[in-house]
Amino acid sequence: MVDNFVIPLLQIVIVLNATLVGVTYMVLLERKVIAWAQSRLGPMRVGPYGILQPIADVIKLMIKEDITPARADRWVFTAAPIIAVVPAFIVYAVIPFGETAHLFGRTITLYITDINVGLLYIVSVASVGVYGIILAGYSSNSKYPLLASLRASAQLISYEVAVTLTLVSVILMAGSLSMVSIVHAQRDAGFWFAFVQPIAFGIFLVGGLAETNRAPFDLPEAEQELTGGFHTEYSGMRFALFFLAEYANMIVVSSVATTLFLGGWLRPFPNVAALAFLDVIPDWTWFLAKSFVFLYVFIWVRATLPRYRYDQLMRLGWKFLIPLAIVNLVVTGFVKVLAG
Amino acid sequence: MGDAIAFYTLAAFILGFAILVISTRDTVHSILFLVLDFLFVAALYVLLGAEFVAVIQVLVYAGGIVVLYLFVVMLVNLKRPPEVYQDPNRRTRMGYALAGAVLVELAAIATWGYVTPPPPAAAPSAMPVTGNTEQVGWLLYTSYLIPFEVASMLLLVAMIGAIVLAKREL
Repeated sequence: MVDNFVIPLLQIVIVLNATLVGVTYMVLLERKVIAWAQSRLGPMRVGPYGILQPIADVIKLMIKEDITPARADRWVFTAAPIIAVVPAFIVYAVIPFGETAHLFGRTITLYITDINVGLLYIVSVASVGVYGIILAGYSSNSKYPLLASLRASAQLISYEVAVTLTLVSVILMAGSLSMVSIVHAQRDAGFWFAFVQPIAFGIFLVGGLAETNRAPFDLPEAEQELTGGFHTEYSGMRFALFFLAEYANMIVVSSVATTLFLGGWLRPFPNVAALAFLDVIPDWTWFLAKSFVFLYVFIWVRATLPRYRYDQLMRLGWKFLIPLAIVNLVVTGFVKVLAG
Repeated sequence: MGDAIAFYTLAAFILGFAILVISTRDTVHSILFLVLDFLFVAALYVLLGAEFVAVIQVLVYAGGIVVLYLFVVMLVNLKRPPEVYQDPNRRTRMGYALAGAVLVELAAIATWGYVTPPPPAAAPSAMPVTGNTEQVGWLLYTSYLIPFEVASMLLLVAMIGAIVLAKREL
């Protein structure tokens, strides 16, 4: 009873709440880092150094008026933010934050579940999240959101191909689709896969930026051309749900990159015995630290690079990243076979 | 017992959404019901213990192909009522006849499958690999290699055909 029901339920509650807190503080971090990059202070008013700003933001968003545009497709308009948010959160079920922890005499896994097709599950659920964006643009009965959602769907479909191909190279290296087994494969191999798959790693990072609609690929949200993007007609909490989904997706991409390329919860250089003293640090700390590096890079890139033009985005995706990913996959296969 | 209840519930949802797909007047709503239908089919695969097929079902159909449907539907003008599209040469009776023929065919296959014992499937224990994904891969590259290659050739032909149609002056 306790092992089959209470503990999984607790795990789900903790992971969901940690993600929500993480998302709200990601917004603050982003505002702060971009402010520092532009020689500003960022939010400073609510709490010391603006540390309570996210809470004020959430309260503001919750009490704002919720408007549905006239002649909007009411059902789809309501469903779209939900469709965007749910896939972003259910992928956390298979992300391994650590191996096991001992708590009150029980051994608890630091992941909700480990399924045989974990990585494919993440990819497939993420591919359903596209509907949220497309339907939001369609149902608003407004021109700019419609244009934005057409852009978004084309962009997401294009970059999904390249990202999935890089994942296949990692699967070849690990010989498994399970997230936990992929980390174990890196522990047994003695190196992180980022060192043997640098091309796949690079493509994954670029594709991850595009898949989460982040700068420099934030064309679906280009304010200058689209007055906001696919969520122009949304307000209040429904608007917040899209941002929740976007930031939750950023955390997912960071976690997947950590698991696949940076050894998940493993300490640096897991094969060097001289560094064994690092094992006193709990494994989930490594995982969170590595994911945080990716999240910081996301923000850093946004503060640094200007937005791509749409034709440049498509050319980069189809004519450079996808062929490169295919070549990388073929080379990985050959090396794998020749090395036995 | 629990499996049977789950199966009939899922089957009811699948059929219900399938009816909604063809009866809804709004094309976008009909596509949404199609996505829901595919998701429930994926749930059915999970119930059968075929996780790999379930995930691929969501990835390819719900997440890939139907997004392209939606893309196309959004590019065409749907603001006109469906009556405008009424084709005067439409052969309604022939359509009903064909649908009836397909239904009879399906019923015949189902009855045939019910009365004859199923062909001996490859026993999981006979395979050198364990795990759902590994077994699917093993079967695809041993027993079903030729159908697999034929299917991939078919997709290649479709891809080349699409490029030729789209780029006339290649």
